[in-house]
Amino acid sequence: MGKIIKYVMLDILRNRIVLTYMVFLALLGFSLFNINDNPSKGLLSLLNVVLIIVPLVSIIFSSIYMYNSAEFIELLVSQPLRRINLWMSFFIGLGLSLSLAFFIGCGIPVLLFAANATGIMLITMGILLSVIFTAIALLATVLTRDKAKGIGVSILLWLYFTLIFDGIILFLLFQFMDYPLEKAMIGFSVLNPVDLSRVLILLKMDVSAMMGVTSAVFHEVFGSSIGMIVALCILLLWVFFPLWLSVRKFNRKDL
Amino acid sequence: MIIATNVTKKFGRLTVLNDISTTCNKGQSISLIGPNGCGKTTFIKCLLGMVVPDSGFITFNQQNISRDWKYREQIGYMPQIGRYPENMSIAQILEMMKDIRKKKSADLDEELIENFELNKIMEKRMRTLSGGTRQKVSAALAFLFNPQVLILDEPTAGLDPLSSEILKEKIRKVKQEGKLILITSHVLSDLDDIISEIIYMQDGQLVFHKTWDSLKKDTGEEKLSRAIANVMKSKM
Repeated sequence: MGKIIKYVMLDILRNRIVLTYMVFLALLGFSLFNINDNPSKGLLSLLNVVLIIVPLVSIIFSSIYMYNSAEFIELLVSQPLRRINLWMSFFIGLGLSLSLAFFIGCGIPVLLFAANATGIMLITMGILLSVIFTAIALLATVLTRDKAKGIGVSILLWLYFTLIFDGIILFLLFQFMDYPLEKAMIGFSVLNPVDLSRVLILLKMDVSAMMGVTSAVFHEVFGSSIGMIVALCILLLWVFFPLWLSVRKFNRKDL
Repeated sequence: MIIATNVTKKFGRLTVLNDISTTCNKGQSISLIGPNGCGKTTFIKCLLGMVVPDSGFITFNQQNISRDWKYREQIGYMPQIGRYPENMSIAQILEMMKDIRKKKSADLDEELIENFELNKIMEKRMRTLSGGTRQKVSAALAFLFNPQVLILDEPTAGLDPLSSEILKEKIRKVKQEGKLILITSHVLSDLDDIISEIIYMQDGQLVFHKTWDSLKKDTGEEKLSRAIANVMKSKM
């Protein structure tokens, strides 16, 4: 398994997209911290960009990479290798290089300018989101044989998690304004890893005080250390569930 | 060595393999023959575990292959269309395969690499190679690890006469060593002196599995191509 991871990582390094992504994140981080005189303001701006860009790059890059490696996978499947090991190697190779790129690109400016609990939370969430969206991309690629369709599905999934889901939530909120929805909001946030990580980071920031009753409820649930651990477990579930589905599917796939 | 029992595979509504049962033993060299799209390649891919049958099972040395993967160490496979990572060089591919199958270099069979003169173009990337050169790489890889079973899907398609002769010579040599060889080809004249058994497939069904000698007797033909033409005509 280690060998395949090595070849996957070498291959990813060779095509330079991940390196560009890393440099881009670093530039973004440094400029945002320099524009805002207050580091916590910089962190807030960085948060909003990270929550959009990290899922986008992770899901699109992973799915394109998987489609481009179709030949590689075909070649390896006919070799004495366990299919699950092969699939996990691709997952680990992709997840590791994307997380590493995020950690170096975004982690360095954050640790330099805002090395506090919020900053560390932002880095953790970024890494988790990279892995989650790699897993989702793997699921999307194993389900669709056609490359164009598969990448389309990936883009739609990203749109859903970053925009459409929030739209639906807003719609529901306005429709049922007269009812107390604060508790239900917690249930909704669990359904979207991007939202959940946004909540977790915002709770570490001072701005969370300005979000009203919902925030108070969130604070009550996720503010405690047990709530935090539960939230992290839910995010890990977001990694393992799509990954498990994709492994199951790949084990029975005809190549 | 390889026993297939009632193997059935459907792609959507199309039945590609319909209840195939057959036995392949050590020392045999079996030719899979049949019209285009009769399921030869799918059957081969089932043997390799690349395609999972809907029902039925295949055993390799008495081991069911559906949960196993180690058995593939004993198989050398040459695909019909070799597809390789485009931006790797031949040397890198060979290196990687050696790394994955971790055989000692003493056990490697590099005869085909030398005879095909792949040494001269080792640094070329796969995407720059012609179809024939890819076939040579596929063949070299199939024989490289000295496997007990060789599965060759259209081995001579796309090879120039000289290379195709080198490959056939190699197949003959391996046959002498008592290995199991499974071969599909439409160029039947290639197979005359290599094969010992024939599996004839049509529309996903296994029509017969006979030794070459008994087929000769049944049809009264000395050449494989004529014998098969004879069979195909009588089936129509």
